[in-house]
Order: sequence, then structure tokens, then C-alpha cells
Amino acid sequence: MIPSSVQRLSGWGRHPVQTCRVWRPEKVAELREVMAARPEGGIVSRGLGRAYGDAALNEGGGVVSHLRLNRMLGFDPATGALECEAGVSFGEIVDAFLPRGWFLPVTPGTKHATVGGALACDVHGKNHHRDGTLATFVDRFRLLTPARGVLECSREENADVFWATLGGMGLTGAILSATIRLLPVESSRVVVDTARTRGLDEALERFAEDDARYRYSVAWIDTLATGAALGRGVLLRGDHAPAARAGAEPLAWKPRRAAPVPFDAPPGLLNRFTVGAFNRVYHAAHPDRQGTLAGIDPFFYPLDRLRDWNRLYGKRGLAQYQAVVPLEATAALAALLERIARSRRASFLAVLKRFGPANPAPLSFPIPGYTLALDFPVASGLDEMLRELDRTVVDAGGRVYLAKDAALDAATFAAMYPRAGEFREVRGRLDPDGVLASSLARRVGLV
Amino acid sequence: MSDRAVVLVAGATSAIARAAAVELARAGYGLVLAARDVEEARALAADLRLRHGAQAEAVELDALAFDTHPRLVADLVAKHGDSLEGALVAFGYGGDAARAREDFAEARRIVDTNFTACVSLLTPLAEHLERRGRGFLCVVSSVAGERGRQSNYVYGAAKGGLTVFLQGLRNRLFHAGVRVITVNPGFVDTRMTFGKPGTFLVAPPEAVARGIVRSIARGRDVVYLPGFWRPVMFAIRSIPEAVFKRMKM
Repeated sequence: MIPSSVQRLSGWGRHPVQTCRVWRPEKVAELREVMAARPEGGIVSRGLGRAYGDAALNEGGGVVSHLRLNRMLGFDPATGALECEAGVSFGEIVDAFLPRGWFLPVTPGTKHATVGGALACDVHGKNHHRDGTLATFVDRFRLLTPARGVLECSREENADVFWATLGGMGLTGAILSATIRLLPVESSRVVVDTARTRGLDEALERFAEDDARYRYSVAWIDTLATGAALGRGVLLRGDHAPAARAGAEPLAWKPRRAAPVPFDAPPGLLNRFTVGAFNRVYHAAHPDRQGTLAGIDPFFYPLDRLRDWNRLYGKRGLAQYQAVVPLEATAALAALLERIARSRRASFLAVLKRFGPANPAPLSFPIPGYTLALDFPVASGLDEMLRELDRTVVDAGGRVYLAKDAALDAATFAAMYPRAGEFREVRGRLDPDGVLASSLARRVGLV
Repeated sequence: MSDRAVVLVAGATSAIARAAAVELARAGYGLVLAARDVEEARALAADLRLRHGAQAEAVELDALAFDTHPRLVADLVAKHGDSLEGALVAFGYGGDAARAREDFAEARRIVDTNFTACVSLLTPLAEHLERRGRGFLCVVSSVAGERGRQSNYVYGAAKGGLTVFLQGLRNRLFHAGVRVITVNPGFVDTRMTFGKPGTFLVAPPEAVARGIVRSIARGRDVVYLPGFWRPVMFAIRSIPEAVFKRMKM
């Protein structure tokens, strides 16, 4: 058995911090060895640790890092199908394939997510309204399971396992490799239209009116604005720039250097005054403008500009909260924003997006509706407010995104994810003895 | 196959070898990745081709199957001829030091992998390069080979033997225009050090890999990676044995 290391680990939110035994296989055979050993407390796979809460933590148990299992295995230039191991990061894919005219078909707001984590969370991006989640572009993957060995999974083969694994938070097995169809692009630039909105209603109207015209559409919301300005924000919408618009070398690509955050910020750096000032500047700096050219990094990954930006929240960390409510539940959406504005807890870069249709994965987060993503500094009273938000979300028929969550209880989870039983049934066949486990899974009752 | 210079990477699945292969590919070398787990070597070769446009192939190499080594080298020479520019020998076996004290089978595996297998593979490689009249042999030894310590002296002895073997080989091949580079890594963030207590200043494999390829380009004889290990090892070698034997290391 390969060596292990007992570490204090956390998700990207740096809260909670838990003690886990970590293995880091460098060969597939070593990963199989770890799973076959059935470590006490179970194991869960981990990539770059960008899930915010405890999805890739396993307190008192094991965590298997896939960071050294990050080989690209095959690429078909006719279809754009890339086969790679789970530890490959989105940034690595962009670096290797953007210069050849291919981009990620779906990307979350950080490129430091891994393929394995992205599948396990069934991630979405700014194009969900037209393309769905990453699952849309996953042709197949190979899954190492505790009881059934290696399973080839696709829409045709082991389809139930395929769908249970997408969004399955790593609880069906360890992904060995996945084949993802990349998106052909003509340039490494994005054409962006920005438009200021005075309030929530206007943003929702604009989404409904012309989201269909854009591949990417998202709204930034000022969560400190109240009254008539409640939900005021900026719409950021765009698509990949055609070669003709992107200059002499349309596919030129040089990843932006990230600046480090060298130490934990003092508590309270991000408060309602600093964030309020930021919000006013941000709002003012985005006048209505059509057809601006932007780079891949600033458009898709604004926060990656700062390495370890989570340190800005100080030692106690941050809590991300992302929920979706159905399209008709606009009153609930307004209630969420009102509750947050009233709390005067500042959320830096709150994001609002209209989702398209859901997919068949039982634990996939997106449903047709509006999703709101927020982050708050961990502070007293925050948990109570988030539980209030949970109730509003559940009552509206919505749900919370597990990749960001650190606090949901089992009963609320069950109300939010009514198809969890289907998931457990599939999982029961793949892992009847509970070798796969995580702190999140225990907390929400998935294992 | 193009006639670009080809390098054999023996023990290609080690973290140092993997990172070094990337640097060698960037430097324009074609690569033959040799490992016991040939599936892993294939995955690494595919990765080098996809990410770096490298020319990379995989072959099976069992370091302990000594009698297969001449054949492997002969096949490579038959395939690549004088394009076979050199080799990076990076396989090794840290083993279980505590077990090796009592269990000769473990001690032997450590010696055979870290010393005998290198002698076995380097013998036909040296012959090819000597005949060719240029090229390099870059071999990963260890700072552990510089002084026997109670905590891992079997490993240290094997690496120490390897270091002396390389000294002699360097002396012999110098006259044929072939360079022999001894690489002494300190603690590197690999499987061998992961989670191990008592390791410090652990270097990422990528940094060591850059040092390896730089030392090949510059024709160095003996390199310590990272470089601060050279004075550290000088100091450790300088301690009188009468003092050293009383220390707990």
C-alpha cells in the first residue's frame, strides 16, 4: 500500500477544517490498491479542492487525491473528443487546446477545477440556459467502483451509473478517465455586451427576452442595494469572438499570471462598506456597451486573477450559498435578495443566472429557474440566516448546490432532492459496504 | 520516425521522470518511456504527445529482469540508430528501511533495483554511446548515497555504489565524448516522501526536472537538486565518523 499522510483539510471556503488521511496515487494501480484496502472511515476522491464546503472532506476517514492522475489520453480532432484522467484541471485543458481552437464546452467560474470534480458536481456555466451542464458534453467515462470493478459508463452502457455519477459527489466510485467533447472556437477572445439593470425585475425580463441570443449570459447583482434598487446589477452576456474580430493571431493564448494573496486578511476586510464601495464602482464601471472584446481569463475566471482569493475572507473562511428556484418563483427570489440586503451581510460578486432545462441525473443541481450564488464571510448569525434562506428555497420548490454547501441538514436535503432515493439505489449496487464516504455525504444522509 | 534526438527514460512512471520527460520534450527530444507498468508508460506518452506535441512511445522495462536489458537497448538502437542520444535512468526503490534491516529479501530488492539494475541497463547503453562517440547518461542517484545513516543505510549503500559506478563510467566515457551526469536529489515531493515524517524543504518534481535538463544541456558531472543540498552534504560528509556514529540520523 502506498504511503498516506494525515492532514488538516478544508474546501475552498476554508470552513470547515477537518482531519483526513490522504493518499496520493501516482499510478492507476495504486488507486485501485487504496480502494481495495477499504480504508477505515471510507474514502472520497479529491481534486484541486475547489468545492467550497465538505464535499471532498472525510473527517476521520480517507481522501484520495487525483492530482497525480492527470494524464491526457487521447484527442480526436474530428469531433473534439478529449479523453483525460480525472485529475486534469480545466486550466490545463485550456492551455493545451485553446491554441488549437478548442475550448471547454461548459466551465465553472474557476479554471482550477478538475475533470473528476466537475463531473461529480455536474458543473454548469454561463451557458446553462442553452447547453445544460457539463453532462451534455460527456460522452463516457471509466469508473472504478468498490464492488463492481471498473465500469465503462455512457448513455448506452451502464446508463444508470452514468447519470448517478454525474452530480453524484464522488459517491459512486473514482473516475479514472472521462471523454468530453470540446467546443470549437475561432479565437481566444469573447465578445461581450454589458447592460446595467436598475432592479431585479429588469434583469429577469432581459433574461427572458434575449438570453437565447447569447451563448453566455449572467448577471452580477449588488446585494447591498435595497428598496427600488433591490437586485440592481449588470448583465454580462457574450459569445466566442469570430476570428475576424480577434486580430492577427486569433488563437493566441497566454494564461494570465495570478497574483498571490500572501497572508490571511484581517477579519472583516470584506464588510458592507468595502463591498458597498466596490459594488458602486463596479456598477458605474459597466455602462451599456455592445461588442467589447474580452479575454478568456477576465470573462470566465475573474476571481482566478488572485491566487488563494479565499484568504481575503480571513481565517474563519467564507460560506458560499448557491440556490436555484423555479422560473415562476420570482417572489421567492426577491425574498432571498431582500433577506440578504436586510442582513447587511456583504456578498462580494453575487451572481444571478437563468437556468435552462434539467438533465436526467438524479442529483444534478440545475432545474429550470433562477440561480443565485453568493459568498459571505463566516461570522456569527450567518448560519441562522442561511437556514432561513434554505426554507424560502425549499418552499419555492428549489434547492441548494452541494458543491458549495457546508451546512445543509438531511431533512432539508431530502426535501430539495426528491430523487436521492434513485441515487442511493444505484450506489447501493456499486458500493454495498460503504467504502465511499465523505463528510458531506454523512451530513446530508447520502450514505 | 523523424531523426530528432531520442532519449530513453527508464523508470518513466516516477514523478521525477515524468516531470523530466516534459522538460526533455520541450527541449525537442523524442522520448522512449520505459516502465514496468507499460499501461502507465502509455498514458504518459499519450499525455506528452497531446500536451507538448512530443514524439513519445512506451516500452516495457522491468528493472529487475536484468537479462532483458541488452535486448531492450539493442531494439532501441535498431529502431533509432544514432538518433538514440542518451538516457535518463530514474527508476528506484525506496523500500521499507526497517524491514530491510532484518529481511534480506527486502534489502536485496533495494540493492538490486537501485544498484544492480542500473549497472545492468547502463552497460549496453554505455557501449552504444561509446561507439557513437557522443551523447549522455543522466542517472538519478541520491544524497542518501553520500553517507550511511542508521535510518536507511541499505538504500544509501545501493545509491552510494551507484554514485561510485557512475564516477568510473564518467571517467571511461569522457574519452569517448560521452557525458555521465549524476543527479543527487534531496527530498522531492514524490511517493517516497509523501506523508513521511522527518522530511523538510521538499522540492516539487518540476523544479528537480528543470535542474536535470539544465545539467544535461550544460554538461555537468554531479548535480544536487535543489542546489542547497551540495553544501549540506559537504557538511554531513565532513563529520568525523567517531562523531557521526553517535548521532541519531
